[in-house]
This record gives sequence, structure tokens and C-alpha cells, in this order.
Amino acid sequence: MVHPILKLVVQRVALGILLLLAASVLIFVGTQILPGDVAQSILGQSATPVSLANLRAELGLNDPPVTRYFNWLSGVLQGDLGTALSNGQDIATAMGRRLGNTLFLAFWAAIIAVPLAIVLGLISVRYRDRWPDKLISGVTLATISVPEFLVGYIAVFFLAVQLQWFPSIASVYDGMTLGERLYAISMPVIVLVLAVLGHMMRMTRAAILNVMQSAYVETAELKGLSQFTIIARHALPNAVAPVVNVVMLNLAYLVVGVVVVEVVFVYPGMGQYLVDHVAKRDVPVVQACGLVFAAVYIGLNLLADVISILANPRLRHPK
Amino acid sequence: MKDDLAKLIDHIEEMRMNRRAFLNRTAAFGVAAAVGASVMGSEARAQEPKKGGVLKMGLGGGETTDTLDPGLADSPVPFAVNRQWGDTIVNVTPDGQIEFRLAEAMESNADGTEWRFKIRQGVKFHDGSDMTVDDVVATFKRHSDENSKSGALGIMQGIADISADGDSVVFKLATGNADLPYLLSDYHLVIQPKGGMDNPTAAIGTGTYKLVSAEPGVRYVFEKNPNDWDANRGHYDGVEIIVINDATARTSALQSGQVHLINRIDPKVAKLLGRAPGVVVENVSGRGHYVFIMHCNTAPFDNKDLRLALKWAINRQELVDKILDGFGGVGNDTPINAAYPLFTPLPQREYDAAKAAEHYKASGHDGSPIELLVSDGAFPGAVDAASLFQQSAQAAGIPLEIKRVPDDGYWSDVWNVKPFCASYWGGRPVQDQMLSTAYLSTADWNDTKYFNPDLDALILAARSETDTAKRTELYAKCSEILNDDGGVICPMFNDFIDARSEKVAGWVKDPNYEMMGGWATAKTWFA
Repeated sequence: MVHPILKLVVQRVALGILLLLAASVLIFVGTQILPGDVAQSILGQSATPVSLANLRAELGLNDPPVTRYFNWLSGVLQGDLGTALSNGQDIATAMGRRLGNTLFLAFWAAIIAVPLAIVLGLISVRYRDRWPDKLISGVTLATISVPEFLVGYIAVFFLAVQLQWFPSIASVYDGMTLGERLYAISMPVIVLVLAVLGHMMRMTRAAILNVMQSAYVETAELKGLSQFTIIARHALPNAVAPVVNVVMLNLAYLVVGVVVVEVVFVYPGMGQYLVDHVAKRDVPVVQACGLVFAAVYIGLNLLADVISILANPRLRHPK
Repeated sequence: MKDDLAKLIDHIEEMRMNRRAFLNRTAAFGVAAAVGASVMGSEARAQEPKKGGVLKMGLGGGETTDTLDPGLADSPVPFAVNRQWGDTIVNVTPDGQIEFRLAEAMESNADGTEWRFKIRQGVKFHDGSDMTVDDVVATFKRHSDENSKSGALGIMQGIADISADGDSVVFKLATGNADLPYLLSDYHLVIQPKGGMDNPTAAIGTGTYKLVSAEPGVRYVFEKNPNDWDANRGHYDGVEIIVINDATARTSALQSGQVHLINRIDPKVAKLLGRAPGVVVENVSGRGHYVFIMHCNTAPFDNKDLRLALKWAINRQELVDKILDGFGGVGNDTPINAAYPLFTPLPQREYDAAKAAEHYKASGHDGSPIELLVSDGAFPGAVDAASLFQQSAQAAGIPLEIKRVPDDGYWSDVWNVKPFCASYWGGRPVQDQMLSTAYLSTADWNDTKYFNPDLDALILAARSETDTAKRTELYAKCSEILNDDGGVICPMFNDFIDARSEKVAGWVKDPNYEMMGGWATAKTWFA
């Protein structure tokens, strides 16, 4: 008899892979219905009909879409993402650097945002409906409501132009020390933290407040435990499942949704890379980026599911 | 109150310009040192180039997909990159003269069909090898190859044969061309070892700075070339180009001191930026122009009266004031302005609703709305410009219907395809090149579909005419024909607007292109 947790996890993973396959079909179909012809956009205005036909044949654009899809998929399964049409670079290599940068930024934003959101959530619950709660709610709601690019520009104006504390452009390159890198990305990290903080903090607060209504919390109070111990030791563990879901959603956002922040701070991440290649109709690159984004999204959600399963004692200790 | 303050500041700015102009003038008489040191203090001392420092440029117009092949450079960042590491054989100076670079002398026969350029000796490439005549010949052959994707292929097509003769390169032309030196100054024609035949993207040249690292669309790093053949340039230890496509990010990078030079300032913010501390806006009127183009072979634009009606129905000064915020000049309906050599001014066409209405009536148009396709990708502010055009045309009883289309794909699906749309031309160094690129019947980019044998004959006659007075006259006729009959409506010529940190000294206004024609890093220094 297989342990039910293992069984559940395997089920989830299988489902994730299926989803990823479905996503790959969607990405492929999406890139096929993009207006404009790849060969035409590579050759530009000076294209002759003959050179267009040659290039179309060379790129395999004359094959039926289903054949092209399976050719592409088999390449991807073997780890070959193909080469970029516009400059002939190997996509995996070029994208690897960019993905590394994006993950670096997301990692440091998450390292700050997640603990901060949870602590702020705990404080909000502790001082529920009093001024610290209202202050925290107000500020985080404000930062989540203002579009990131505006937060970015405001931050640049005050922190970079007026005070000159941080660099206004997050230029990272090989040969920088970790300290230099962290300093370079300080502005985008601040903006990203502000962008995701509100959502996670509100969810933590709501989930814990929900648990606080339970009978066992009342018992703990009657036992004479301090307010904070009750929240941190008894309420939080039982609120983990919904909180983890929101945290993962926001982590995924930090990876796949930061195009605008990358543009504002000129950060060489995935977003800028994707946008450049969409403009050039460089379909293989767009497909590869789409696939990586889908994988990150599905992977993090998978992780969230597994953690919430593990956090549920009824599932952890089957009868 | 606020406006007055702004005016005052502008006035002070002008005073500063005058002082600088005064300095330049006194320098010509050799008295700058004496007058400058006593009266002007630091300003005059700054005229003496200082060495050292790393100059950082924040440039818009670069993509991840850019390559280092100089033949494929087609946007501001690859252009600037090539200027760092490469040289052409000749260059066009800010006042439109030919300046020798890797060539040191030239001569041509009487009808301009054979040209000899003597190549400079003792120049070394960055890899230590000598630059030879063969390298030069190979470079031109690479760019003139039929299958080449070089941006210079068009201008190389008139050259029948390129060969080496001793220490000279000889060009034989099918028909004479008095402008050949200007054509050879094209920025794609960077001299590379073996012409770049074996490795076009090596970025090895004879330029001021050597390429250290390149990350397309992100950042390029250069160091000073210690063996530079030209001792009068290259005052920095190194140069960094950081690609910043977002206009706001560019200006804030300059204001926060992260970069020293930026390009492509939005005219709407240029005056404001100029008032920021430590920042100087540098604008120069160039040959670039914002246009509305009509296909002369498609109804209703095949009617000369309708074309004239639209030409009279646009308020040029209003467009310059509102779209360019004054950073530019009004144009007549020809691509040629005073920035070109051999220019003859035409009477300025003003907005005249009565004349427009008269021509509109004469055209017999049925009064249905005329569709104008625009996108802000055509030129910044194109949609607003079209709305202003619509209003001024409306006042003359001409109904325009504006159809806004996406930026994406504009240059492949709309420009040169649809009969009436907004467009942009960067201009060319000489009249022949501009006219041949877009107004000759046979031109690929004849984007007004204008087929006029008379104009073709004039352009070709002017090309091989070596008598300057006669050439000037021929070009005046070309502009006249386009102005009265052609399909281009050219309301304005836009300025190149760059900005620099006050620390950067030695800036010269160069109408050839932004960033002092690309030579800002070679010719400026830290004050």
C-alpha cells in the first residue's frame, strides 16, 4: 500500500506535466496565429519572392502545423530549444543568462517580501483593528493599487535622482561581486516587494483571523498563553495552506510578470528578451520563453499544492 | 509668473550659448587663450582636452537581436557601437565637407566615373595586423555583393568595379557620380581585416576604442585603443554603452549621474530636462523629417489638385510648435532642407485654407472621407500630428479620416503598402542619395509611388554633373517638381536631441546624426 501522501504528490506531478503539455499546444497555436510572416520579417523590406520561398523552406514553414509542433516538441524534450531566427544564437544559452538574472531578482525580492508579509500579517492580527493594523493595511493596499511602473518612476525620482541613494538603472554584468549586484538591483527589488507585499500580507491576516475563531484558540487563551504565542504557535501553522498558495502565486508573478519593472529599471531579464523577440517575430524564442514561463507557473503551483497537503495533519497521519 | 520664469531661464541659456559661440569665434583669431583665461576662466580652460575617465552612454534603440556586423547596423545602438571600434575611409564633417579618415587623398576623372582613394599607411587593426589596401577593397566588395544583406548595398550598386592599385583603391562607376565620397562615408562601410569576409562580427577595426565585451540589447564595454592612428581623438580610458530603451529611464539615468550622455530626448520634456541641474540638452537641426505620404498612382491621390489641396491644408508651423515643441523647423514638400549641401530655398508653403479648398474643388473629389493611416511608431507624436492635420483640413472643407494602426508591423504592413500614411525619413548626407533612395521611379523605397521621367532625368544628370553651379540648379528643379507635383507632404524637419552631463566638454553640433554624428566618445572629454 503506497503512502497516501506519496500517491497524492505523484498525482499532482502527473497533472502538472499534462498541464505543461497543454500549455505547449496553446503557445504553439498562439505563435502561429501571430500576424505577419516570419520569413518576411527576417528578410525585411528588400525581400524578393525567391529568397522568401527559400527561407520558408529552410525554416520548414511549409510543413503542416501538426508536423511542426511535434518536431518542435521532440526537440524540446531532448533539451534542444533551437536557435533564434533573428541572430542565429542558441536559445538555451542566451535564455539561460536572462533566466538566471530574472531568478536572481525574484529570489531577493522573495527573500525580503515573504517573511516581511507574514510578520506584518501577524502584527496586523495581534493589533487587529487598532492603528498598527490600519497603518499596515493602508500602506500595503496603496502600493498594490498603484501600477508598478508608477511606483518605479516615483521611487526613481526620490531615491535615485533626488537622494542618489540607489542606482536608477539596474545594470548587471559578469564580473560583478555579489555586493555590487545586490546594490544594482536594489531599486527593482524595492518596487517588486511593494508590488507583492499587500496580497500576501492580507491573505496571512485573513487566514489567521479565520483560525482565531476556532475553539482551540479559545482554549489556548483560557490556558493563559500570550496573544503572540497563540498567533505564532497555534494559529499560523493551521493557516499555512492558504498562505502558501498566495505566496507561490506571487513568486510566480515575480518570475513571469516583471516585464514592466525590467523595462523601467533596464534590467536584462527574461521580459526584455521576450519583448525584443516578439517584435522580430522570432517564433522559436517566443515559444521557448512561453514554455519556461508556463513551467515556472505550473511548478510553483505544484509546490504550493504539495505543501498544503503536507500541512494538513489529516493527510499527514492517515488512519 | 511661471511662464516668465521659464522665459528668463531660456534667456540665460541663450546667453550661455552666445558666450560659447563667442569663444569659438575668438579661437579662430587665435586670441581665445588670452581673452579666455582672463575673462572666461574655467570655460576657456575646458577647451583643452583632458585625458582619462570612463564615459558612459545610455542609448535608446538597441535590441537583444542586434549583431556586431557593421553591414547590418540599422538602429542607433549598433550605429554607436560601430563608431567606437571602426573607421570609414572618409567622413562628413559637421559643416558638410569631406574629411579624410583611413584615406588620405582622393582624385577623380572629369566625368566622375573613376575615383582613386589613397589609403593611409601605418594604421594597425586592434589585433595588431596592418591595415592594407586589400582590406579596404575586400570591405567594399563584401558590402557590394549581390547576396549581401548590408545596409550599404543600395549605395554600392552603382559601382561597377573595385580594385587595388599600389596604395590606392580605385572605383569604376557605370555612370559618373560626383557624390561618391559622400556615399563612401556611409556608416556601414567600416573597414575590417580582410573586409570581414571570414568573420563579419569580430568587431576588429581601426577605431578609437577596442571592444571588450558585448551583450546585445544590454551593454557594450570598450577600452582605449593604445595604437590609435589619430592622436587628436579618444580622450577617455574607456567607454560603456548601456542600452536604455525606456525614455524616462534614460533621462533619470542621466540626472542621477549613472550615465554621461543620452540620446533621443522626447521634445516634450527637452526644455524641462534642460533646466535640471548638471544637465545640458544638445539639439541640432538635421535632415530627418516627419512626413505624410500619398501614393501618386492610387486614387484619389493620382490627382495633382487633390495632392496640392492636402499640401496647402496642413499647418506646418503649428505642427513644429506642438509636435516638436519647437525642436525642429518647417519644411516644404521636398525631403531637402538647408542641412544639405547645394541647397536652394523655395518660397515657404504656409497654411492656406482658401487655396486648399480651391484645389480640392478643382480635383472633383466626391467629398468622401480620405483615410489616413497613422501610428506613433511612424514618428513620435504622429497620431497627434494627424489630428491637427485633420482639423486644419476640415477648416478647408477636406474631410480626413484617421485610422490608428498598431506600431507593431507598421513598416511592413502599412508603410510603402497603404496609399496614405504617416512616415519618417532619417535623411541622407547628400541630395542625390536622398532623392535616389525614395523618389527615383526605380527606387525600392519609392514610397510615394511617384513615377516621373523628368525628375529621374534631372536626378541622374545632377549625379554626374561636376559643375557645382549647374548641379545646384538641377537640384533646385528636383525640389520644385516634388514640391508642386510629388506625393510627399513634409511639414517638419526634426532636431536630433541629445543630452549630456555638464562634466562632458568639447561637444560640437553635428547635423549628420545624433551623438555628434556618432563621434561624441572620440571627440569629447571630461572637464
